[in-house]
Amino acid sequence: MKRDMVTIDANEAVAYVAYRLNEVIAIYPITPSSGMGEFSDEWSAKGIPNLWGTVPLVVEMQSEGGAAGAVHGALQTGSLTTTFTASQGLLLMIPNMYKIAGELTPAVIHVSARTVATHALSIFGDHSDVMATRQTGFALLASRSAQEAHDMALISQAATLKSRVPFLHFFDGFRTSAEVNKIEQLTADDLRAMIDERLIAEHRARALTPDRPALRGTAQNPDVFFQARETVNPFYAKTPAIVQEVMDQFAKVAGRSYHLFDYAGAADAERVVILMASGAETAEETAHYLVNQGEKVGVITVRLYRPFSVEHLMKALPATVKTIAVLDRTKEPGAAGEPLYQDVITACNEALAQGIAPFKTMPRIVGGRYGLSSKEFTPAMVKAVFDELKQANPRNHFTIGINDDVSHTSLAYDPHFSIEADDVVRCLFFGLGADGTVGANKNSIKIIGEETNFGAQGYFVYDSKKSGQVTISHLRFGPRPIRAPYLIGENNANFVACHQFTFLERVDMLKYAKPGGVFLLNSIYGPDEVWDHLPREVQEDIIRKQLRFYVIDGYKVAERTGMGGRVNTIMQTCFFAISNVLPKDEAIAQIKKMILKTYGKRGEAVVQQNYNAVDQSLEHLLEVKVPGKVTSQITRRPAVPEDAPEFVKNVLGPITAFAGDSLPVSAFPLDGTFPTGTSQWEKRNIALEIPVWEPDLCIQCGKCAFVCPHAVIRMKVYDPKHLENAPATFKSIDAKFRELPGTKFTIQVAPEDCTGCALCVEACPAKDKTNVSRKAINMADQLPLREPERANWEFFLELPEVDRTALAFNTVKNSQVLQPLFEFSGACGGCGETPYLKLITQLFGDRMVVANATGCSSIYGGNLPTTPWSFNKDGRGPAWSNSLFEDNAEFGLGMRLTLDKQEEFARDLLPQMAAELGETLVNELLNADQSNEAGLASQRERVALLKQKLAVSKDPRAFMLASVADSLVRKSVWIIGGDGWAYDIGYGGLDHVLASGRNVNILVLDTEVYSNTGGQASKSTPRAAVAKFAAKGKGMPKKDLGMIAMAYGYVYVAKVAMGANDLQTLRAFIEADAYAGPSLVIAYSHCIAHGIDMRKGLDQQRLAVQSGIWPLYRYNPALIDEGKNPLLLDSKDPTVSVEDYAYNETRYRMLLQSDEARAELLMKSAVEDVRKRWELYKQMAAIQYGAPEKTE
Amino acid sequence: MPDLSTTYLGLHLKNPIVASASPLSKKVETVKKMEDAGIGAVVMYSLFEEQITHESLALHHYLERGTESHAEAQTYFPDLEKYNVGPEKYLELVQALKAAVQIPVIGSLNGVSVGGWVDYAKKIEQAGADALELNIYNIPTRMDVPAADVEQEYIDLVTEVRKQVKIPLAVKLGAQFTALPNFISRLAAAGANGVVLFNRFIQPDLDIETLEVVPHLKLSTSDELRLPLRWVAILYGRLKADLALTGGVHTTEDLVKSILAGASVAMIASEFIAKGMGRISELVSELDKWLTEYEYKSVKQMRGSMSQQNVGDPTAFERANYMKALTSYDNRKW
Repeated sequence: MKRDMVTIDANEAVAYVAYRLNEVIAIYPITPSSGMGEFSDEWSAKGIPNLWGTVPLVVEMQSEGGAAGAVHGALQTGSLTTTFTASQGLLLMIPNMYKIAGELTPAVIHVSARTVATHALSIFGDHSDVMATRQTGFALLASRSAQEAHDMALISQAATLKSRVPFLHFFDGFRTSAEVNKIEQLTADDLRAMIDERLIAEHRARALTPDRPALRGTAQNPDVFFQARETVNPFYAKTPAIVQEVMDQFAKVAGRSYHLFDYAGAADAERVVILMASGAETAEETAHYLVNQGEKVGVITVRLYRPFSVEHLMKALPATVKTIAVLDRTKEPGAAGEPLYQDVITACNEALAQGIAPFKTMPRIVGGRYGLSSKEFTPAMVKAVFDELKQANPRNHFTIGINDDVSHTSLAYDPHFSIEADDVVRCLFFGLGADGTVGANKNSIKIIGEETNFGAQGYFVYDSKKSGQVTISHLRFGPRPIRAPYLIGENNANFVACHQFTFLERVDMLKYAKPGGVFLLNSIYGPDEVWDHLPREVQEDIIRKQLRFYVIDGYKVAERTGMGGRVNTIMQTCFFAISNVLPKDEAIAQIKKMILKTYGKRGEAVVQQNYNAVDQSLEHLLEVKVPGKVTSQITRRPAVPEDAPEFVKNVLGPITAFAGDSLPVSAFPLDGTFPTGTSQWEKRNIALEIPVWEPDLCIQCGKCAFVCPHAVIRMKVYDPKHLENAPATFKSIDAKFRELPGTKFTIQVAPEDCTGCALCVEACPAKDKTNVSRKAINMADQLPLREPERANWEFFLELPEVDRTALAFNTVKNSQVLQPLFEFSGACGGCGETPYLKLITQLFGDRMVVANATGCSSIYGGNLPTTPWSFNKDGRGPAWSNSLFEDNAEFGLGMRLTLDKQEEFARDLLPQMAAELGETLVNELLNADQSNEAGLASQRERVALLKQKLAVSKDPRAFMLASVADSLVRKSVWIIGGDGWAYDIGYGGLDHVLASGRNVNILVLDTEVYSNTGGQASKSTPRAAVAKFAAKGKGMPKKDLGMIAMAYGYVYVAKVAMGANDLQTLRAFIEADAYAGPSLVIAYSHCIAHGIDMRKGLDQQRLAVQSGIWPLYRYNPALIDEGKNPLLLDSKDPTVSVEDYAYNETRYRMLLQSDEARAELLMKSAVEDVRKRWELYKQMAAIQYGAPEKTE
Repeated sequence: MPDLSTTYLGLHLKNPIVASASPLSKKVETVKKMEDAGIGAVVMYSLFEEQITHESLALHHYLERGTESHAEAQTYFPDLEKYNVGPEKYLELVQALKAAVQIPVIGSLNGVSVGGWVDYAKKIEQAGADALELNIYNIPTRMDVPAADVEQEYIDLVTEVRKQVKIPLAVKLGAQFTALPNFISRLAAAGANGVVLFNRFIQPDLDIETLEVVPHLKLSTSDELRLPLRWVAILYGRLKADLALTGGVHTTEDLVKSILAGASVAMIASEFIAKGMGRISELVSELDKWLTEYEYKSVKQMRGSMSQQNVGDPTAFERANYMKALTSYDNRKW
């Protein structure tokens, strides 16, 4: 049978099968499994049927727990049902997994295995999530590669129907889920051949129906629960055999043979490594290599981990085995060993006892950990494990792949050991996120995979930023299938391409180049002039490794062909031209074919633009005649400046420079606690243009600083005497601050931290009277400004901060002289969320504690290497933590409870010690007015004095009081997260925290989608907008979270959009903090996922308000006591149409383009949603509170 | 009963009232309503090549932006099955209109490149349009481009499209040409079967609060009629091409004037947008009434009867018109 060869990642490979074999699919986004849900939703929206001709119903739930509940319910009523998840999501499914298994329900959950958050969150892969489910009763089946994941998706579905034991099918997150590889795609006939439809009928026959009423899910007592629980044993006993039977059947159908435990290596192996998933592929390839060199080694790949079949493991192990290393990709602190290790020991012991072991004496079995959070697992590491097994006393409980200089668990390995074959071509591409490099490489791999007989593989590495990111593409192709689930190592790349010239200063990329290889550089300098513009280190490597060196001015070609900054197609064309993987003309034809396939439906103009780029590329591709000597005066710059703090230099610096793998265990904090204020050291220089201040036009309104998402544009008011040593180009004018006469004023830009988003320019209201295009802030090229403005910035930082007691901060202007304690985040350029965060740190940063839900804000806020959360000169600043996605409100409430309890305790102790501490001090401490900055400052002084007194006190209560004394200074607890958290997964907790009446401030950064995971719909997504998981346009209206919160009557609620009304935003924040109960501020946050020109984000906010889509209001319960209506509408009756707002955004427009009739239908309803809600608000705001006025 | 029928671009129309290019033709139901109300023909809204290109590139830009840049967010939008960003939607509408109505359907096109003009013109013809209106305009802002070059571009364009399509062509023009009669005669020689006088461009406005230039579209008023009226009157009978008058036709009087000046058809949009399709039947019956009252047998009879050629004082359409206006002011009693 002819099957298609497709080049796809495992998420797509698995979804392809799962979608076709199920009817109901409950989904929820979580990295790295989201892709499976996204494919399913898209296919369902397109009307693609499953194997039986019906289009699966794909439903997004509010959490993975919800998805599991829906799966359970759908199964109970007889559907073929699946879901996809990972990590914390899988943990949330555990309760239902027990139920589904306990009820012997056939189903498969597909998991792209990911690290469970501990001391830190990690989106990357290991088995800690899967291992946490091994007690649920689910069968656990592992895949090593995209092909296997494709196959096992089918095998698991067939096996669950046969065994009635539910399956969790897993494969390594990212390494497998996101690796693009060439696979043979199963056909509908293959699927049909494997699925016994009678078993589906049996499943349906067991379904709950009033036509055959039954009760399932009883409560049982001690008398019977135990016995009833043991009824399932025969099913588990049969499952391994059933799985093998299905695998054998699959081998007949598809030709690929699998076993529960697959052995590979020498028949007489003495040393055996046992492991699961992608690492097993690496280990197997390495074993083959070593066996060819005469070593007696072998590898066992565990496929069916639960139910664990001792019998099948024994059949797989060679009788000659003497030592076994069991490798676990998880960590169980405090356990006798990691789970697979323990299982193997148990198995061997039991087998020996039962006489079914192939060996007579117990082999020496050791366990080791590898690959946590997608840590590289390479042939060199496998070899080190085999070598260790040669030792008389091989180390047990070892680690491999890191340098553990604390507990000394790690095995040493030779990083230069390689098993890469000479006939495989390995290519590395260093691109900028925005330049399309990864997409082009995915296309290249598809071309090679699908248009040649070569095996092909692509894997893509990203840094943690959302703007100015570095992407590294690892491509391999060769005459055999590529089975190398690890990165291309040093001296191994035949081809290295640098798509952004400036990376040469930041990244040591030529260390990967193989001697005699090719280096392609995107360069504005031609072949005759480029040499002297290269850093010395690059020149040295080119000469030493005798690289063939090519340049292309991709920027020029991109500009000429209208490609903007996207050099992807251009560089791709050059790659094919140089690599000769295909004859040139054929390659060009294939690139064009792929362009048409990828972009064709977006219109002829797009296709032609890319065709032009292809056609113009080759004539600009030129080989450089490499001079024989190093001439450059430029050296690669350090990742962080020399004057950075030690920790930043020694730990964060290497991480920034892509050398984090080299850091030893001892480099890291014990408990995941990191210093703040570190983003200032990462001078990323990603802006091509930066704002320049024109003092003569400036009206000192503060709007530019207010909206700056990156805190790179700052204002200071200061005494003129400080200007004495100002740099020559430092600008200053007389300050227009009534409260600060005789002072000077400066707006200064941080040139190396700016992203060039230009929101400040958009916000600036001051225009030149003779030329309105000139504002008080204008964009200009960064390069010529970099050095002088760096000096100006450094001088500016040394100027004193404003005295917080000298000004009231209830105006936009005044608020912006406050120091931001959230700066230089890696958020998208022009991010709509970060200006709000910056503002709260300006207002309350020196006394705030932050609970941050997982999402964009936790990633740009807390993803290593650096953090934008910072501190002031007194060392005070926001204390920040991220617990989980789902529990953030509760997490923040816990913080409040501590502060309240400690304050209460301190207030209890103070009067008790009044005699010693002084009545006056105690009274002042207890009755301090902390409603303003002066009051706060005084209280801090009193607390300092209190601590001094307590330090010398002999009273046994003094120590306790000293430890809680800081709680006497008012703290502001901020619970921050996106709409995915607040409206969906965390809503239950958020609701409870609001209901608690406690003094917490909740800030919802509402982008109306799950932005961080790529724009999936939440209940905040408005009607008529397209989002992932709402590919047909969201049919239901946006949930009115504010209205729900207002219903409590004692919750402060505000809806804000700073682009529409900055003063209202400021007031809302101040009032939220001041209100002694719970506060909820819902902030319109324009987002890259809206598909807008981010520079116009503020305009969109304005239109959102003017159209009534986003009414501004403040609901302040404190007003009720004054007899006033608590609801104050801060926006007016709509003046522009909803369409005029919505159709500026791709999320709405693409529905209009794709399905006009549905778009019109939904838009009509959306308009009505807006009208009805506005009318309701107006009525609420008009209600008479307090006593009615007396009439004559 | 007078004969209201007319001929425009070789097409037989039951009356000279034509819906000019506007959003009214975006839906089959609306065009059907116009037909039911008695409209003579409909010119579809313009297919803008620039807009197609822009929509396509903008969609691509926003679908691509930020993709493949972050491990957690490979893309930000789902991949939808299709995007109607090409001319297909327009062409499908041409087909649908032709299937739904009996009246002539005239396509309208605004191109950017010569290739685009020709390609889209052919597609509109293939889709079944009865004729095609070339909505040609550019705002010549360069100091170094003389009027002759601008005019030649128009001529070349019409020549090129004429070579490739067989259906009748009309050219819709703005009013600002130095030597309009000569230019229009050259357009006719290049293959235009009619000219539509005049295009009303969106004129930018200045917002004196924000100091920004803002687009400003206003519906026409009857006051605007006199400019096209003069030129139709001047051109009538001197060309091989038909004349369509557009811009400022709102009332029966406007309609009558247009025909008297020499227009084969009067094109109307603002009036219908503002007051609805009911105006069509009103205008038809009022025109009929007018012809009856003034004892005209047909529209053909009255057409051009007050053109420059046929009025007693042809100079009235020339400079004297201005002089006379001043005089009439002088004679007023204040």
